Amino acid sequence: MKQNGKAVYDAKSRQMAEQMILAEKRQLARQSEEDCDCKDGMFPSQPTPSRRGLLFAAGSVVGVIGAASIARAEPRKAPPGATFYDVAEDPTKEQGRPVAGDGGYGTRSQFETEVRVRYPTPNENTSWSFTPLSAMLGNTTPSGLHFERHHAGIPTIDPARHNLLIHGMVKNPLTFSVADIKRMPSVTRKHFIECSGNGLTEWNKPTLKTVQATHGLLSTSEWTGVQFSTFARETGLSDGAAWVLAEGADAAVMTRSIPLEKMLKDALIVYGQNGEAIRPEQGYPLRLLLPGYEGNTHIKWLRRLQVSDKPFMTREETSKYTDLLGNGKARMFSLDMDAKSVITFPSGDMKLPGPGFYNIGGLAWSGRGRIQSVDVSTDAGKTWYPARLESTPEPMCTVRFSFPWMWDGKVAVLQSRCMDETGYVQPTLKQLIAIRGDNGPFGSVYHLNAIQSWAINEAGEVSNVHA
Amino acid sequence: MSMLRTIFSCMIGLCVSTGVNAQSIVDHFGFGKTPAPQDMAKYFAIPPSGAGLPPGSGTGKAGADIFAENCAACHGDKLQGNPAVGLGGDRLIGGRGSLASKTPIKTVESYWPYSTTLFDYVKRAMPFNAPGSLTDDQVYSLVAYILSEAKIVKPTDVMNADTLPKVVMPNRDGFIPDSRPELELYR
Ligand code: HEC
Repeated sequence: MKQNGKAVYDAKSRQMAEQMILAEKRQLARQSEEDCDCKDGMFPSQPTPSRRGLLFAAGSVVGVIGAASIARAEPRKAPPGATFYDVAEDPTKEQGRPVAGDGGYGTRSQFETEVRVRYPTPNENTSWSFTPLSAMLGNTTPSGLHFERHHAGIPTIDPARHNLLIHGMVKNPLTFSVADIKRMPSVTRKHFIECSGNGLTEWNKPTLKTVQATHGLLSTSEWTGVQFSTFARETGLSDGAAWVLAEGADAAVMTRSIPLEKMLKDALIVYGQNGEAIRPEQGYPLRLLLPGYEGNTHIKWLRRLQVSDKPFMTREETSKYTDLLGNGKARMFSLDMDAKSVITFPSGDMKLPGPGFYNIGGLAWSGRGRIQSVDVSTDAGKTWYPARLESTPEPMCTVRFSFPWMWDGKVAVLQSRCMDETGYVQPTLKQLIAIRGDNGPFGSVYHLNAIQSWAINEAGEVSNVHA
Repeated sequence: MSMLRTIFSCMIGLCVSTGVNAQSIVDHFGFGKTPAPQDMAKYFAIPPSGAGLPPGSGTGKAGADIFAENCAACHGDKLQGNPAVGLGGDRLIGGRGSLASKTPIKTVESYWPYSTTLFDYVKRAMPFNAPGSLTDDQVYSLVAYILSEAKIVKPTDVMNADTLPKVVMPNRDGFIPDSRPELELYR
């Protein structure tokens, strides 16, 4: 399967990539029709028309039945996570909704339509969905838009029946209830999680259009939970302990071996995400959080930690999540996420309305510490300018950057490049391929952290390119 | 020592207002229960040493029918995989010698370094539609079947707690520790 010396997709991967391209197209079409008329997806310039007149017309037909049953007869469309409400012609001239009329748990505005999009793997129980990065504001990903990767669906777990067992090379094996864990001293920290498969479609050619699909396996939350070291003090550790197997309570009974050093340094057993209980898709009621490590190791629905002297060589650390290099050897336990950044505005499939001022913006993150600096280029990396960091960088956490730009209406290629506090500089794709070989996406699947390029043509259309 | 503790406690804000005695430091929270052996019995994780492999055994010959019945729909009757919607089982054999090419094929046969991983994973997560439903004899038989179709063992070879860890997989030496960070990327 070679063409002009370049690897191309085999039948299965091609089919999958084509399906994703279609899914992305459908999603874009849905957005432009439901969201607003701004095809460029950047300025909701067209107000959504009031549907009040429509409702009255319908009401007069059904007469006395009333608005509630009309709503039932002809349900108003609200995006996932929202409830449809009639829009007043002038909200200052009539009462709004009563306090707590939503039952006590609020929803997002019906005008906000962004959703996660699933990658079309053949089996929807082992699949992943992307965070809509270009619509994210600030640093925190709303819990309902946090990316997903499940290997056997999302289990529904009753916290009253869920425990965490810590055993193996410990002095006192112990089982903790969720209630026990919530009574222990906790910490709250902001960290990103990135799937090491983020961008796997982009190794040998620009494949998907939007930043959601090329970079959306990245999300940031504020996590609350108990440090592993706190548990280790309770159970004690035996001499020679060096690894910890973490196991989930899903149908994949997902397992990964984690170096004990990492577990004692900063691993958290979390139950909180963005101020409330972690979502079922994120591991409710307990998840292992390993700051800066590849997403797969952050075992969800965590039920067991087995301390040992050696790794277990589970399927997810041999068959998968290993990095086959050009020479036929594969790296294993490639756990740290390298520094990476991406411009989310403007990004793929947007359209700039015309020459003028644009505040280029994006995200930068590193699994090895804080982001030190971010540079932006508008000429495909020939000239670099320092970007402005919009908040104080935190370790193993995304930071938002921006760069003020006057677009002259000519062809441009936008790039961002970050450096983390260890001095590591985000590489070009060429540099990465020179080290790892050009067998992606078959051999090199994971850990693509190359500089992303967005080309802008004279019409203002933004597209994904390799530059 | 207790003086030190007091100073430290004051630093982290636990100083009581009388200033005479800081709150004593908790040695253990007293949370958590000692697990009963029967509660631990359902857990397993099989490392390359084979520690924890259960009693039981199976051969590739015995595994053929079990595979046809429980696995072939998703993984193909020739273990070639099935990308159909709703199934999506991986290809399990073939691909030897392809790892250094531009289109490597990673399967149990060509890529997996340890036979114990296969036992652990099939017992843990397969069949996908009824995970954890197989007996240990069935798992040994299926492992023996996949390994014999991959020409790593003979169809008559018996796989059990003693023999399975001794099977040398073709790509046993194909893995290296993470060689990152890639030093050429520093400035
Ligand atoms: C309903 C479909 C289905 C059935 C039936 C099924 N599998 Fe699977 N199998 C899958 C899927 C899907 C995966 C990938 C899971 C994932 O993404 O984590 C998989 C993965 C595997 C893998 C790992 C492959 C790799 O390269 O990592 C093995 C080994 C395996 N199955 C063996 C079996 C055996 C043995 C049986 C019969 C007992 C079986 N499967 C039955 C769907 C199935």
